[in-house]
Amino acid sequence: MTPTTGQENARAREAHNAKRLYRFDCTKRLVARLRNEEAVIGGIGHSNFDLWAAEHRPQNFYMLGSMGLAVPIALGVALAQPQRKVFALEGDGSLLMQLGCLTTVATLKPANLAILILDNGSYQITGGQATPAAGGADYVAIARACGLPNAAWAADEEDFERLVDRCLSTDGPHVIGLKLDDQGPAAQTERDPPQIRDRFMRGLGVKKSKLPG
Amino acid sequence: MGQAWHEIVVEVLKANEVRLIPYVPDNVLKPLIAAIHADPFFTAFTTAREEEAVGIVAGAAMAGMRGMVLMQTSGFATLANVLASLPCAFQIPVLMMVSERGTLGEFNLGQAAVWRTMRPTLEALAMEHHVITRLDECEFIVDRTIRQALMTQQPATLILSPLLTGGKAAPVKPQGAEGR
Repeated sequence: MTPTTGQENARAREAHNAKRLYRFDCTKRLVARLRNEEAVIGGIGHSNFDLWAAEHRPQNFYMLGSMGLAVPIALGVALAQPQRKVFALEGDGSLLMQLGCLTTVATLKPANLAILILDNGSYQITGGQATPAAGGADYVAIARACGLPNAAWAADEEDFERLVDRCLSTDGPHVIGLKLDDQGPAAQTERDPPQIRDRFMRGLGVKKSKLPG
Repeated sequence: MGQAWHEIVVEVLKANEVRLIPYVPDNVLKPLIAAIHADPFFTAFTTAREEEAVGIVAGAAMAGMRGMVLMQTSGFATLANVLASLPCAFQIPVLMMVSERGTLGEFNLGQAAVWRTMRPTLEALAMEHHVITRLDECEFIVDRTIRQALMTQQPATLILSPLLTGGKAAPVKPQGAEGR
């Protein structure tokens, strides 16, 4: 069922109405909808662990350490390859470290960029401590206020898939907020940065090599 | 008359296909930033933080577009973690150009203090870096540093010394002589 524009807007603005989603399930739903070698940048920690667990694709990049840079890295890929859709998977705590990047995206308006904000309200990988946004910050509202009007909370799994389809079929930049439950990641990414970079560059068609890989 | 340092830098960037220039602005870099914005070859824009610009250039480099981040010394001091964990760990040729504040006539103690962290940080990261002090060496150092970074898949930093650029002059004379 396709909601009307009025319903859609109402749902999009209501973070507290959004169902708590399971990150691994949503990551699998995203990956299942990618048919055109879309790039996906997984942010630090569990954001990229679940991307890895959803089955490796050559167009996946798994970040390590540079907390907050999933969106900037995705923006760089989007600027370099405007014909390819690019998804950033960024945690709420990570985004808080680099909120300014939303203004940069809003100014440059890359039509091929989609930002998924994975909001579990906590630093899950370090023991589940609450983020400083526990006072009620609304990341979709922040994105809109930065100049990204195509920003919406996913009301449930079906709504999330509809929003992903919108990212794939219409010009962005797009932002999808996901309210997450507190389930942990499904696996752990192999931490081998040069290998990850090499595979990613091959996956984007940038690197050709006779070395198998 | 010979070329100014910023004209040389623009030429070398173009010759090496370095197109993407995210930056946090600086007074000394002003003529370079203006020239880059005026040339449609480049994609140039400001970022909120230097870290963000490093992420953008890293992503673009992996996707086939070369870039360089422009910043001043104090901005470089915010970068140790992201340099270690992104361009150094993943071996990505992120290029950086730093306008050197904090030395040779600095008037701001904060700038002078943070200046002392730049070379130790670059050395601790084992990151290729060169200081450009002379106009006649500018083209060679910029060109060779960029080429080496690209060929070896390593980040590199170019430091623009006040000896090259003139630096940022003190707004007032010492000893409260500004009233004269």
